[in-house]
Amino acid sequence: MSDAGTSNTPGSNAISIRDLVVDYGPRRILSDVDLDIPMGQIMVIMGQSGAGKTTLLRCMLGLKKPTSGSINILGTDIATAKQRDINKVRKQIGVAFQGGALFSSMSVAENIQLALREHTNLDEKTIEIMTRIKLDMVNMLAAENLMPAELSGGMTKRAALARAIIMDPKLLFFDEPSAGLDPSTAADLDQLIITLKNTMRMTIIVVTHELDSIFKIADHIAVVSAGRILATGTPQEITASTDPEIQGMLKRKPRETIIDTDAHLARLVGGQA
Amino acid sequence: MDSSMECTLKSETGFDLLELSGEVDLHFSPKLREKILGSLKIGNPLLIDMENVSYIDSSGIASLVEGFQTAKSSKLAYGLLNISPTALQVLTLTRLDKIFNLFSSTEQFKQQL
Repeated sequence: MSDAGTSNTPGSNAISIRDLVVDYGPRRILSDVDLDIPMGQIMVIMGQSGAGKTTLLRCMLGLKKPTSGSINILGTDIATAKQRDINKVRKQIGVAFQGGALFSSMSVAENIQLALREHTNLDEKTIEIMTRIKLDMVNMLAAENLMPAELSGGMTKRAALARAIIMDPKLLFFDEPSAGLDPSTAADLDQLIITLKNTMRMTIIVVTHELDSIFKIADHIAVVSAGRILATGTPQEITASTDPEIQGMLKRKPRETIIDTDAHLARLVGGQA
Repeated sequence: MDSSMECTLKSETGFDLLELSGEVDLHFSPKLREKILGSLKIGNPLLIDMENVSYIDSSGIASLVEGFQTAKSSKLAYGLLNISPTALQVLTLTRLDKIFNLFSSTEQFKQQL
């Protein structure tokens, strides 16, 4: 087991996962996952639906206790840490969920301010200005008093991003940023993610299967398949991979091209094939 | 995560000089705000030396913005000195580089008084 990075300096790891196993009942969802995410870089976790991406994300957020293994985040192994220590780590993490997850009864500004009011003693004026700074960053300043129901899909994602970065987190998780967006809005969001990394010193973990977005924003890619890390590398290294499954994903081949016939038959008819 | 900020207020001829160093984050921005507003409340023009600021988050930027607004309404000179490239990037992202008065020397600021 290698040492996880514990400092906040470039070159160390923000996240280091070793031998991660997650079972849901009798089903093994993640098997022997090892993954290092360097500080200050964008890691894209890609894979097809059901590959285990969301479970891996939930484990990194401390929302799912693994069956075994370690998940070292900013120096704390959240797989074994006490809840109090996990909460400390969480204060350094921002999450933008796929659907936005904004509170419908609160305005955009109130949604964004929530964490500051819960976790800091900052004065009202500072909170107001910070909120407007973040809204300006995501080009949503004019929408601060709107309610979530009044927002388009792209605006909802940008509002969710503003909320995720309100505490200037060291780690930002973004689940499917481009899903459901038109190409122009998706490209704007990709550029914003890159800008946040460059200016706010954030380590950003993006879970997506949108190829255009992946190759635009990623410093590193982890390919997840059937609960395992199939490959990790730079976009160039992943593109050059000769693995047929990775090439299938990159060329958007139907997954049946690499089907395990017996296993698939067993899934369809039940029991052993 | 350890972080630290030094914040020293010096009285110069005709203005106050606030020297910052280290990381300005959620923990230290209230202290920064107190120093900025305290100096402006007395009625002194204020120059904030940011040469040794290695990182400033949005709570720190918010304190600078509030100071700017207070100085403007009190008709006091207010500027940022020797802003580091890292801090400038954050200001640029929020388009505040176009709003703040940025100076590369104390003499330059004195000419505004």
